[in-house]
Amino acid sequence: MKKFSTRISIAALGLLGTTGGAFAQDVAVAVPTDSVFILNSLLFLIGGFLVFWMAAGFAMLEAGLVRSKNVTMQLTKNMALFSLAAVFYYLIGYNLMYPLGTWSVDGILSGVFGSAVLEAVGVGADGVDDYGYASTGSDFFFQMMFCAATASIVSGTLAERIKLWPFLIFTIVLTAVIYPIQASWKWGGGFLDAMGFLDFAGSTVVHSVGGWAALMGALILGPRIGKYAKDGRVIPMQGSNLPLATLGTFILWMGWFGFNGGSQLAMGSIGDVADISRIFANTNAAAAGGAIVALILTQMLYRKPDLTMILNGALAGLVSITAEPLTPSLGAATLIGGIGGVIVVLAVPMLDRMKIDDVVGAIPVHLLAGIWGTLAVPLTNGDASFSVQIISVVIVGLFVCVTSGILWAVLKAVMGIRVSEEDEINGLDTSELGMEAYPEFSRR
Amino acid sequence: MKLIIATIKPYKLDEVREALTEKGVRGMMVSEIKGFGAQSGHTEIYRGAEYTVNFVPKIRIELVVEVAQADEVVKTITDTARTGKIGDGKIFVLDVEQTIRVRTGETGADAI
Repeated sequence: MKKFSTRISIAALGLLGTTGGAFAQDVAVAVPTDSVFILNSLLFLIGGFLVFWMAAGFAMLEAGLVRSKNVTMQLTKNMALFSLAAVFYYLIGYNLMYPLGTWSVDGILSGVFGSAVLEAVGVGADGVDDYGYASTGSDFFFQMMFCAATASIVSGTLAERIKLWPFLIFTIVLTAVIYPIQASWKWGGGFLDAMGFLDFAGSTVVHSVGGWAALMGALILGPRIGKYAKDGRVIPMQGSNLPLATLGTFILWMGWFGFNGGSQLAMGSIGDVADISRIFANTNAAAAGGAIVALILTQMLYRKPDLTMILNGALAGLVSITAEPLTPSLGAATLIGGIGGVIVVLAVPMLDRMKIDDVVGAIPVHLLAGIWGTLAVPLTNGDASFSVQIISVVIVGLFVCVTSGILWAVLKAVMGIRVSEEDEINGLDTSELGMEAYPEFSRR
Repeated sequence: MKLIIATIKPYKLDEVREALTEKGVRGMMVSEIKGFGAQSGHTEIYRGAEYTVNFVPKIRIELVVEVAQADEVVKTITDTARTGKIGDGKIFVLDVEQTIRVRTGETGADAI
């Protein structure tokens, strides 16, 4: 540690000594490689633990939006899916996602199979995998969190009726294979990347993937008992704890700074740090835009504001800005997020009319706002093209729908994915776990 | 002795309790209930889907008083709990056969 800090202070002295037009160039020269390596790794670690915290956000949001008889099960699923994602991304996913140029099918399927391997203990500059960039451990840690976030999206949609174990098996395949393969197409340097597809932090690669998998699950699983009356009416099933849902949303909002900011993937120059700062501010602006629009729209449409929609609106704003959090101005970011809020308020009742039961609104938030965010990239980034963005959304969507659709269907045929009617009515907490979230509350 | 059952708006509870204490009432039973009457519920919207709130929260007060005091108690509750708006509640008065204080075994008016 002492060696590194000495070098940083030398670099700082060097910066102070430079003046005039040559400033930028001198900075690039003045930051020693050790410092760049350290700062890049630090960004991954800070970003990584912020994204990790999103797991808590998802857990609280979902615990708040399910009915009290299913809260313990929802928390159990969130703990289990995150832990399984961690193990299977390590065992299979990481190398599937980052072939580093070694493809078995060029640009489509990684040629590196096997578990992730980190650097040895106490390595020096000559012993690290990529001295010019960042430590493998920090990169693995950061990317693993994204994989787990994808899996978290699915659990909310399918809450209150899916069996624990088939859901967890789905999570394993999603995090070990489905997510990493399509992510390699963009972030692993595969064919979507070569086509010029732009998805900064994963409106498509993460959020729409989780959303598609959730949508296929919801279609195959069917709605909760009593959600849709025979005469076509939608029967609301109110969330059990809106303070928890609100806390979860704020936690997700906070974690998103790591999600988008960390996706700058470098912090070793003034340009990178300035960009990360822009990303933080834009990410925040988009969330605010989504929440405000949902607040106003629900007031206008339904006479009273709907908190659960405002929460979804903030999240939709965040998903919308995730494909391009850097190039928009603060105003543009607010508008991009605001349109995410519109999407949520309109899409939640639309899905209900189609009898697609999405307990927490993950399909509007992650899938539809994810598509919108991806298509919005060319609005502020001249390097993107609408056609490539659309084609990429369709390709990723088809891949995830087909693979996850087959997987859900197989699980349904082999072991069944839905609890019995009686168990569903009694609640998964008592029927599948024998443990209630609020045991001393009387039932009124 | 009379049993007086009153349903009132929840926020009126403290006011009613104070007014009754001033009139010499020495005890009452209070429970949170839901019900419907002339108000007969209203509609709300959750995530875009309309639903009917059939039962409105109310507070139920039960107290036993001597026959001579019953009218005054009823009047006190009525005056205190009344807002003039729909949903102010109802009061029922019933005859009570016997009252027993568990601790001492006293009965009748002594046990109130």
